[in-house]
Formats: sequence, C-alpha cells, structure tokens
Amino acid sequence: MNPLAGSVADSVGLLILLPLLGFLVNGALAFLRPQDKRLVSIVGVGSVALSFGLAAAIFVKMLGVPLEAPYVKTLWAWMPVGDLQVGFGLQLDQLSIVMALVVTGVGALIHLFSVGYMGEDPGYARYFAYLNLFIAFMLTLVLGSSFPVLFIGWEGVGLCSYLLIGFWFEDWQKAAAGLKAFLVNRIGDAGFLVAIFLLYKTLGTLDFVDVWSRAPLRLAPGGPEVTAIALLLFLGCGGKSAQIPLYTWLPDAMAGPTPVSALIHAATMVTAGVFLVARAGILFAMAPTASAVVAGIGALTALFAATIGLKQWDIKKVLAYSTISQLGYMFVGVGVGAYAAGMFHLVTHSFFKALLFLGSGSVIHAMHAAYHHTHQHADAQDMRNMGGLAQYLPTTFRAMWVAWLAIAGIPPLAGFFSKDEILASAFARGADDPFYYVVWGFGAVAALLTAFYMTRLMLYTFHGPNRTGEREQHHLRESPAVMTVPLIVLAGLTVLGGVINLPDFLPWAGRLQHWLEPVTEQATNFVGPVELARATELTLIGLAVVIAVGGIWLAYTRLHPEQLVPADRAVPERGFAKLLAEKYRVDELYDAAIVRPLVWLSRTVLWKGVDDGAIDGAAVNGSAVVARTLGWVGSRLQTGQVGTYLMFFVIGALVLLGALIR
Amino acid sequence: MYLGPALAVSAILFTLGVVGVLLRRNAIVIFMCVELMLNAVNLTFVALSQQLGLDGQVFVFFVMTVAAAEAAVGLAIVIALYRHRETVNLDTINLLRG
Repeated sequence: MNPLAGSVADSVGLLILLPLLGFLVNGALAFLRPQDKRLVSIVGVGSVALSFGLAAAIFVKMLGVPLEAPYVKTLWAWMPVGDLQVGFGLQLDQLSIVMALVVTGVGALIHLFSVGYMGEDPGYARYFAYLNLFIAFMLTLVLGSSFPVLFIGWEGVGLCSYLLIGFWFEDWQKAAAGLKAFLVNRIGDAGFLVAIFLLYKTLGTLDFVDVWSRAPLRLAPGGPEVTAIALLLFLGCGGKSAQIPLYTWLPDAMAGPTPVSALIHAATMVTAGVFLVARAGILFAMAPTASAVVAGIGALTALFAATIGLKQWDIKKVLAYSTISQLGYMFVGVGVGAYAAGMFHLVTHSFFKALLFLGSGSVIHAMHAAYHHTHQHADAQDMRNMGGLAQYLPTTFRAMWVAWLAIAGIPPLAGFFSKDEILASAFARGADDPFYYVVWGFGAVAALLTAFYMTRLMLYTFHGPNRTGEREQHHLRESPAVMTVPLIVLAGLTVLGGVINLPDFLPWAGRLQHWLEPVTEQATNFVGPVELARATELTLIGLAVVIAVGGIWLAYTRLHPEQLVPADRAVPERGFAKLLAEKYRVDELYDAAIVRPLVWLSRTVLWKGVDDGAIDGAAVNGSAVVARTLGWVGSRLQTGQVGTYLMFFVIGALVLLGALIR
Repeated sequence: MYLGPALAVSAILFTLGVVGVLLRRNAIVIFMCVELMLNAVNLTFVALSQQLGLDGQVFVFFVMTVAAAEAAVGLAIVIALYRHRETVNLDTINLLRG
C-alpha cells in the first residue's frame, strides 16, 4: 500500500484536467466572445495557478510521508492489446513532482505576465487557449507513468510549440519558423519512437516501473541493445532540447510571442529531453557509450551555441543561443551520471532564463510601444536600437541584473551552484576517463563565453546612451505591474533557488539530491557516485568564480556601448565575427546538404520518377493500356455480321463433331 | 429398305442447308435454309426408324412443332427487321460490330 494512496495525491489527474479545462473554455471564448479579455485572463491564469496550488499540496503531502516506490495511479485502460497493457497512468515520485512544480509555478507566472504583454493582441483568447493546452500536455509529459503516456505529452507540447511559434501566422516567416520547429522535432521523435519499440521488444513492457526493474535483469550492460535504446532516446531528447545537430529550430522559434519563448523555449518544454534522460537514467547508466555521447554532445553544444551568442544583435536570439548552451550543460550533467545536478540546473535555469526572457519581453514591449507612438518601423528587438534603458525601465533592469549575475555564475545566485555542480561532476568523472576532462574544459570555456555575452546583452540594452531615437525616448515606459510582479517573483527565486541544492561543505547541503535519490539511486549506483576531494572541489569553485568574473570583466573592458550605432547605420561584420553573426551558416549548410537534396529527390525521383512515371505511368496507366489493347484485339472478332458468327458456329460444331467421332 | 440412299439424300439436303445459311445474304432465304436443315434431319429420323423403332418418327413431330414455332418467331423478327431497316439483307445489318 503506497503511503500516498487515499490522500490529496489521488487527485493528480486534476493537475492536468484544470489547464485542459482552461484550454476548452478559452478555446470556446476565442470563437464566442474574443473581446472578453477579463474572463479569458481569469480562466487562463486561474487554471494554471490552481494547478500549481494542487501540485504544491501534493508536494507538501509527499514531504510528510516516506515514499519508497512511485505512486502510480492508472486512470483508465488505454491500449489493452494482447500482452501489451498500456493504461493511462500518472506517476507521482520525487522527480515528477519537481517538474510539475516548475511547470505549473513558472507557468503561472508567465501566464500572468502574458496578461500584460498580449493585452492588445486581437488573438488574446486563442493565445491563452494554446498556453493552457501546453501546460496540460507538459504535465502529461512529466507525470506519465509509461512511455506511451509520456509520448502523448511529448508530441502535445511539440504541437503547442508549433501553434505558438506561428501564433502570428499572417507573417509567413513566423509560420515557417513554426513548421521548422515541428519538422526538426520529427527527426528526433522518430528516434524516440524506435527506442520505445525496442524497449517493448526487449523488455515486453512500457511502464516505467517495470522497465526500470527489468532492464538490469534482461539487458547486458554496455551491450548493443541498451546502447541503441539509449542513443535513440537521446536522439529524441536532442530534438526536443535543441542539441547539436538538431538545435537549429530553437533560434527560429523566437518568432513566437516572448512569454512563449520564456515558457516553452526556455523554462519547460526544451528541458523535457533532460528530464527524460534523468527519468531513464538506468538505461543511460547501463550504456556508458551513450552516456559519453550525451555528455559530449552537451559540452559541444554548450560551447558552440555560446560562441554564436557572442555576435547576435537580436536580444531574443542571444537568449535563444544561451538557452541552447545551458541545455548543453544539463546534458553534461545527466551524461556524466550526475542526474540530480542536471535536474538542479534545469530548475534554476527555468527560473533565471524565464526571468531573462520575460525581462526581454518587457524591454521589447516598451520599445514596441515607443515605436508605435511615433509610427516608426524600426526593429524593437535589435539591441543596437536600445541602450540606456536602465533609466526608463528600472524594475525590469534590476530583475534582469539578478538573472544576469545568476547565469554568469556569480555566487550565491542559483545559476552558480547548479552550473558549478555539473562542471565539478564532469571533472570528477575525468579521473576514470580523460574524455570527461575535455567535457569539463568545453564547459569551462562556455562558462566564460556565457558571462561575456550576457554582460554584452546587459551593456548594450541597459547602459550607454539611448539609441532608440529622439522622439521615441519620451515614450519609453516601464511595463505595468502585471508584468513586473512576475519578474520580481522570478528574481527572488533566482536569488534563493540555489538553496535547494547547496554544495556539501555548506549547511543544508544537497537537498534536491537527497530528495531525488529514490529516483536516481538505481542509476547512480550503477555508474558509481561522483566523488571529488574537498580541496579539488573548492579549487573548482574558485576557478568557476574567476571564470565568471573574468568573462564579465572582459566584456566591460572590450565592449563600448557608447560607440554603438543604430541598426540601420551599422557596418557589416568581417572575418570570424561575420561567421559568428551568421551562426556558422549551419542553416545554409543544412539547406544545401539535406533540404535541397531531399526536395530534389522528392520532386525529381519520387514525384516525377516513381509516382508519375512508375506508379501512374507504368502500373496504373500501363495496365489500362494492356487491357485496352487486348480488348481491341478481341473486338476485331465482333464483325456484327450474322454470317461470320454462323461460320464460327459451324466450324465449332464440325470440330466438336470430329472430336466426338474419332 | 433404301436406308443408304435415304441417308445420302438427307446428308445432301443438310449440306445444302448449311451452305445456304453460310453463303446467302437474304434473311428469308437463310431462314428457309434452316428449315431445309431441320427437314433433312427429319428425313434421317424417319429413315432410321425403320430399324430402331418408332421413337424416331415420334421425334419428327416434335421437330416439326419446334420448326413451326421457330417459323412464327423467325418470320416475326424478319418483319420487324424490315420495318425498321427497310431491308432484309444481312450484310447491311451489323450493329454489333466491335
């Protein structure tokens, strides 16, 4: 008997049902009363806030009882097919409740922010309907008790991401960005699906509890099956979480409204891949090759995206590449077997990155309003058009200042502890395999770049002279309270978030790690704990601080916001800077190497050749031609002359007669 | 008695009928040739009934009945044909040509 049975945890289905109802109501309002923004706001924000309240209540209950095994509540039998019994089950354990709290908590704050940000938009009700649907699917993803249920959520959040990236679908570029996100994710999802099939083939079950218990018994550690499963799962994770080589959709996803970028493309959906690796930790722990690939790709992505972030001018693009880079860190964490560290960075990142995105949303909102007042059509997201905004947007500035220090890795803010723990874990693994020293090195350099490009963002946006325009300056206003309150709350979380998992030489250490232990211990026992001498740990922490301060110092000394000119007068970059500004031309490379050959193959070979030529021409029309020719030959016998028929008749009779007589 | 000559006459008549049916164009003539074939068969029946019993002669009546019915239907068709096409030349009647 699970200690959670019969308690508030039984209403876990309500967690998903509330935002789903919000989606249905707001969806109906979008058609029936699109102008009733008050009701839409109450339903949209209220449903998620209630869901957060319920998640918090369940969390408090879980704190009070010792939970050894996950509490699985099967709501109904979903796919009873022979041996395969898939129920629509929800699973409450230490991992899923952490994710549920982040999703509903950060989600509720971003919903609140959206009330201000999207207030003037004609598609207000539709926006909240999509956002509520996203929360419902995201909760299905984190709470699902089996791979198929998780997969519903996985695909559902992809759908909502597509709908919200292309929210302003009148602009074809934004619609195309949504399509790109969807298509790139398809590649990863195909891998995920094959992994699920392989799991069923080898283990005969898809429920998490059974998979985790059977995997060590039936699969050979490091064997081809478990390695293939883990790598295919990671392909799915790499698509969803924007890792090399499938990261290209995330920068384009910035076409969506900024709160969407904060919620889906920074705080929650893109972290689903990290969550899945932590969830399926035992499979990755059993496949050291796959784990090394996860850590290696994560480190490479962290560094690669950070370099691109150095030269972006669009404030949201900087944050997008920063998100890709930070997701890389999380994969390093889960790849080196420090599952709790990866989850820790996931949580803190969701705080400070949501804060950064919402802050940039507040800036864009103000810029947009100023340009709107003077009927200018300049780019409201280009940092070259900003500058000196600190005096116009004081609250936004202070909140983003906190997030900047957190992501740069300044103690004692949340980002410092989580990033440092990941790097320390990677360094510790280096003792077994020098490959992980390389991973650590990549991460350390990426940390330096992170501090640099975030300082650059702050300098160009908030410091120096204002470049918005003479007339526009007077219309720059701080955002309303409905937008600044979420910023302040997130800033508070960013400051205090590190407390949940302090390093073990401090009091109250490793809370999150202990909390997650029942979920992660199976995998960590397999790979062995991450152990590091106290002196090494302190040295690494010192080094991390030096790196962070060094990056900030470099940016302060090298960059001169007062020399910057507005976007329309800027001179183009040259040399390596140009390559960075053009994002290494990876999109162009994919276009030339994959998209164009594929289109050519589809058009010339598959369409014109196979479909038009072979199927339509040879098979369909060819068989018709054969039938028609045979029919023509037969029809020559039909002269219509009675004489001919009689002739054949007589000949036939004679032949029969001859045969009978002989 | 005269079985051989009777069968020979019958064979000649039948062959004449067949050749007539095959070669003539006029529907009525073809029709008459069919009658000729039927009666050639009748002659065979009668001739052979001398040796094989009266069954053959009984059968002749059946054949004559059928021939009468056939004559009625056949002539009706020929008349209908003539009313429609104003000819009974079968060369010109080839609606069923493929």
